[in-house]
Amino acid sequence: MSQQSSSTVKAAHPSGDNRFKLLDRTITKYQSRGNALIEVLHAAQGIFGFLENDLLIYIARALRLPTSTVYGVATFYHFFRLKPKGEHTFVLCMGTACYVKGAEGIQKSVEEYCKCKLGETTADNKISLIQARCVGSCGLAPVAVIDDNVAGKLTPDNAVDRIKRLQEHAAEVSV
Amino acid sequence: MTIEELREVAEKELLRQKKFSHRVLYCSAAGCISCGSNATKEAFRKSLKESGCDKETEVLGTGCMGLCGQGPLVKVDSDSALYERVDEKAAQRIVREHIVAGKRVTDNLVDTSSPFFSSQKKIVLENCGKINAESVEEYIAAGGYEALAKALTERQPIEVIEAVRKSGLRGRGGAGYPTGLKWGIVHKAKGEQKYVICNADEGDPGAFMDRSVLEGDPHRVLEGMAIAGYAVGANQGFIYIRAEYPLAIERLKLAIKQAERIGLLGNRIFESQFSFRIDLRIGAGAFVCGEETALLRSIEGRRGRPRPRPPYPSERGLWGMPTLINNVETYANIAPIIVRGSDWFASIGTPKSAGTKVFALAGNIKNTGLIEVPMGIPLRTIIFDIGGGTSDGTEFKAAQTGGPSGGCIPKEFLDLPVDYESLATVGSIMGSGGLIVMDSTSNMVEVAKYFMEFCKDESCGKCIPCRVGTVHIHGLLNKISQGKATRDDLALLEELCNTVARTSLCGLGQSAPNPVFSTLRYFRDEYERLLTEPVTFISSSGGNGKAAQS
Repeated sequence: MSQQSSSTVKAAHPSGDNRFKLLDRTITKYQSRGNALIEVLHAAQGIFGFLENDLLIYIARALRLPTSTVYGVATFYHFFRLKPKGEHTFVLCMGTACYVKGAEGIQKSVEEYCKCKLGETTADNKISLIQARCVGSCGLAPVAVIDDNVAGKLTPDNAVDRIKRLQEHAAEVSV
Repeated sequence: MTIEELREVAEKELLRQKKFSHRVLYCSAAGCISCGSNATKEAFRKSLKESGCDKETEVLGTGCMGLCGQGPLVKVDSDSALYERVDEKAAQRIVREHIVAGKRVTDNLVDTSSPFFSSQKKIVLENCGKINAESVEEYIAAGGYEALAKALTERQPIEVIEAVRKSGLRGRGGAGYPTGLKWGIVHKAKGEQKYVICNADEGDPGAFMDRSVLEGDPHRVLEGMAIAGYAVGANQGFIYIRAEYPLAIERLKLAIKQAERIGLLGNRIFESQFSFRIDLRIGAGAFVCGEETALLRSIEGRRGRPRPRPPYPSERGLWGMPTLINNVETYANIAPIIVRGSDWFASIGTPKSAGTKVFALAGNIKNTGLIEVPMGIPLRTIIFDIGGGTSDGTEFKAAQTGGPSGGCIPKEFLDLPVDYESLATVGSIMGSGGLIVMDSTSNMVEVAKYFMEFCKDESCGKCIPCRVGTVHIHGLLNKISQGKATRDDLALLEELCNTVARTSLCGLGQSAPNPVFSTLRYFRDEYERLLTEPVTFISSSGGNGKAAQS
C-alpha cells in the first residue's frame, strides 16, 4: 500500500502532546499501511483512553485514508469508544450463562442505583456501566468485571454493594 | 532446528522436570484466575519456602483443568491429586500435609474417577492442565512439533491433505465442513500468495472453548497452522482473536516469539524449503466477524461486513488470494492426526463425525466447565453424568447449543447422540461448542428474545432482512412476552422468521431466527399462554384459539 506517507508520520502533533509520539511509533511499525487501521485504533485507544474526533482525523492523515473510513471503522466495532469513560468501569456480562443465572436482575438493580443505563456513565462521571457479550468466566456466572477484576456469583444486592464501595473508597475492589 | 535438535530439547526438558520431586500445577486459565489462583500460587511459593521444599518443588501455571466452577484448581502431579477451591489456607495445608508429609488432603480432593473425568476423551485438551502454558520446551517434551517435523520431512503436501481427509475431521467452528476437502481446494487454487487464517473470534456468548485451548496450549494451534500452511502452500498465517481475551493474546504472542526463537516458525523450518510466519490480528468486538468473509475484511482493516459467496475464501480470500480459514479447535486436532494416523482418529466418534468435540458447559448445571467428549455421545451422558445434572436438582428443561445461531434441545431428545447430523435433525446445530443448560425456571420466550436482542445488536446492517427483520422479530417477541400480542402476531412472527432465514446475506441473519424456530417447535405452549384472546370474526365468545389459527 502507500509507502511514501512516512513524512506525515514524522511531523509531531501541533498540540505538542507527547502521547502522539507513542502513537506514531505504532503507525511506523505498520509502515503507515491503511490495512493496519484497526491495530492503530487499538493502540490509540490504549494510549488516549478513547477516540475523539481530532485523534481520528490525525490517524486518517497518517494512514492516508478518508476520514469517513476511519470514522466508519471506529463506530462499527463495539470495542472502540468515542466518548471518555468514567473513573471506574462496571462491565456486566450478558452472556447466555450469565443471562440464565439472572444477569437481567442485576442489570435492573444496578441501573436503578446508578440512574443510568448500561452503556452510559453516571452523571458525576464516576462509574461507567458497560455491557459485555461474554467474558468467558461462565463457571462463575453471573459475572461482572469491575475495574479489570472479575467478580463472580453476583446477586442484585451485592452488585450494588460493590458499586457503593467503588464510590466510597475509589480504591481497588478486592475480588 | 533439526529433528535431532527437537528431540534434544525434549530430553533436556524431561531431565529438568525429573530434578523436582514434586510439581505443583495451578490452573492459570481465565476462569481460575478470576477465582484468585494468583493468590494461591503466591501462597504455595511462600509456604514452600518456609518449609524448605522450594528447591525440589516446581510451581507452574497450566491451562484449563476443566472444573471451572470449582476453582482455583491445583494438581500435585507426582500422584495426580487434583484439589478444588484451593485458597491460601488450603495451599498452606497442601504443602504441609501432601508435599512435606506425603499425605493427601482429603478436604479439597476431587474424585478423579467420577464420570466427569471418566466419560471424557481428550485429544484437543490433552495438554491443557498438564503442561506449563508458557513454555515451548514443555510442549516439545510432551511430543509437540513432532507432527510438523514429520509432515515437513517425510510427507508431500498432498499426502498431508490426504491424511486429514481420511481422518474424517470436520470443521469445529460449527458448520462441520470436511477439513481435508477445504485444504485440497486451497492447495489447488492458483495464487502467487496464499494465506492460512485461524478464526479465534469466539463470539458466541457462553462459549469459551477456543479461549481455553489458546490459553492452555497455544503451541498446539501454531503447529496445526504451520502444517496447514505446508499442505496448502501458504507462507503467512494470521490468528484473528477477540480483544476480550487479553490472556490468550498474551500467551499467543509469547508462543509465537518462542517458536520463532528456536526456529519452529520462520524461514526454512526443519531445514526444508518451507517458511511460515504467523501474525496476530486483534478483533474489536463485532460478532459478525466470526463469519469468514467479514473476518477477512476486518483483517484488511475495514468494517467487518460480509460479502456474498461464492467466490469462497478458499479461492478468493484475503486481499483476493486463496485463503484457508479454520477454527482454533480444528487446528488443534491436526498434530495428533499426523502423528497417530488418520485411522486412529477416524476410529473415535461416529462414522460421519469423527473425533471429539470440546464443549463449554454452563448455565444451570452442577459441574460448569470445559469438557471434551467423543462425537456421538448421548446428550444425557454430557448433562447428567459429566455435568452432574441441574445445579439445585430442579427439573432439566432444555439444552441450548450453537449460541444465537443454534437451538434448544428439550428433554425428549436427551438420548440423542451428539454429532453434526443428529443435532440438525432436531433443529439445533453443533455450533462451536457452547452448551447452556436450562432448568424449569427458564422462560423460553425470554430466551428467544434474549438471543434476538443479541442478533439485532450484532447485525452489521448490510442486508435489509437481517438489519430490519431482527428488529421487528425482537419487537414481536417483546410484545408477546408483555402479554399484548394476538394470534396474528404469532403468525406474523413465524412468517418474518422464515423470510429473514431465507433471504439474509450471511450466516448471522440466516441463522438468527433459529432460537425462535426451536423454542416455537418445542415450547409453543409458552408462547400461546401469553397471547391475548384472538380477534376473529367467527366467534367472540372466547372459544379455543387454536382453531382460529390454522
